[in-house]
Amino acid sequence: MGDPIALFERARAGDRRALARMLSLLEEGGEAAARLSAHLFPYTGNAYVIGITGPPGSGKSTLVNALARAYRERGETVGIIAVDPTSPFTGGALLGDRIRMQDVAMDPGVFIRSMATRGSLGGLARATQEVLRALDAVGFQRILVETVGAGQVEVDIARAADTVVVVQAPGLGDDIQAIKAGILEIADILVVNKADREGAAATLHILRSMLSLGQPAVIRHHGQTMAIQRVEPATEGWTPPILQTVALSGQGIPELVEAIERHRVYLEQSGEGEARRRRRVAEELAARVRERLWARIAQRVGRARLDGLVDQLMRREIDFSTAVEQLLEGLG
Amino acid sequence: MGRKIRVLIAKPGLDGHDRGAKVVARALRDAGFEVIYTGLRQTPEMIAEAALQEDVDVVGLSILSGAHMTLLPRVVEELRKRGLDDVLVIAGGIIPEEDVPALKAAGIREVFGPGTSTEAIVRFICDHFGIRPEDLKAAGEPVAP
Repeated sequence: MGDPIALFERARAGDRRALARMLSLLEEGGEAAARLSAHLFPYTGNAYVIGITGPPGSGKSTLVNALARAYRERGETVGIIAVDPTSPFTGGALLGDRIRMQDVAMDPGVFIRSMATRGSLGGLARATQEVLRALDAVGFQRILVETVGAGQVEVDIARAADTVVVVQAPGLGDDIQAIKAGILEIADILVVNKADREGAAATLHILRSMLSLGQPAVIRHHGQTMAIQRVEPATEGWTPPILQTVALSGQGIPELVEAIERHRVYLEQSGEGEARRRRRVAEELAARVRERLWARIAQRVGRARLDGLVDQLMRREIDFSTAVEQLLEGLG
Repeated sequence: MGRKIRVLIAKPGLDGHDRGAKVVARALRDAGFEVIYTGLRQTPEMIAEAALQEDVDVVGLSILSGAHMTLLPRVVEELRKRGLDDVLVIAGGIIPEEDVPALKAAGIREVFGPGTSTEAIVRFICDHFGIRPEDLKAAGEPVAP
């Protein structure tokens, strides 16, 4: 694969193959990845990161495609990370987001990378951050990160963005899915995509109500009448706008670009952007320490003793605090 | 985490039949590969560019249009142009027996005709990389916080 540092220099000079290899290396982890990551870190912090999340079928990939085109028209380079789940049963994954990104697939100013969630949960968030920083370091100006807004990890990845766009669409079965997913809380901008479809008005109504912009809504769910919970905005002093798009035709995309821009300016002027970045760095630091510490403990005590502790917990012979104390013993 | 084998499944040319490609894509996922599926109507350039960006180890081409003699060698050519000489290229679909030698000479390592079991494809890829199919499936991950 070649020296990782040389790989980075080549990628920075525009060698896309070197960049692709570099991303694989970072995704795999290990010693070479750590060296590469440390080397490229000073070059990061320039890209503007936009997270795009929402339920399956809401049209995220098509929206990413449309956004990428819009940024390309403005002369900006775009890196795209599309995350899809790994099957927990086979370890395999089917990554199909590129299908909807054909418009920009051959554009030399765009680089698309599909990522599977792979093994451990903390590992995914880290790998995504590494890949994101690599795209940043080689000079991509906008980075679009697409995840299914289903699990906590996907939400965490999206939350690591500067601006989080949560996508909904009418006719995804149950409109209350939006609430179940619990992803509205992280939205800086809400998009009702496929707005030309039947039911778009209802979806819009529910989202508005949840964001306290209209009358409290009462809806029926599984035959029960329930009031919709109101959601606090993700950013203090910023009310998430709700936009309507038809990503396939490009309708509403200029307004979305404009809303993202307004949010960027807001983050900058209010100081909230700085605070957010700081929080993100602190969280990642803590997560990485946790990960390393756990690996060290697991290695030191060994699988057998870990299993033994779990058995004891199962039988209620010890409690969690005691088990933790035992594991931390001698760690200093 | 370690190295996962990444496979690009693509359909070059203009025929709109993607059932076979999808069946293979799903079977490879179930075998433990990371499969990137790019959909219909891909030019050789688009396939090679996707293979490059995704840093895949294998490119699987499905073709039923009859244009395999022109399109498949062009995919190999585009891959080589981008320095992807070490990528394993295999093909499937409606390809007459007599065309196979010429395709192999052009760099298509194997051609799987109709009726090929998906296991045979998995086995072929595994043999190429010197691993066993059971190695693909991720063993139980260590518990992480």
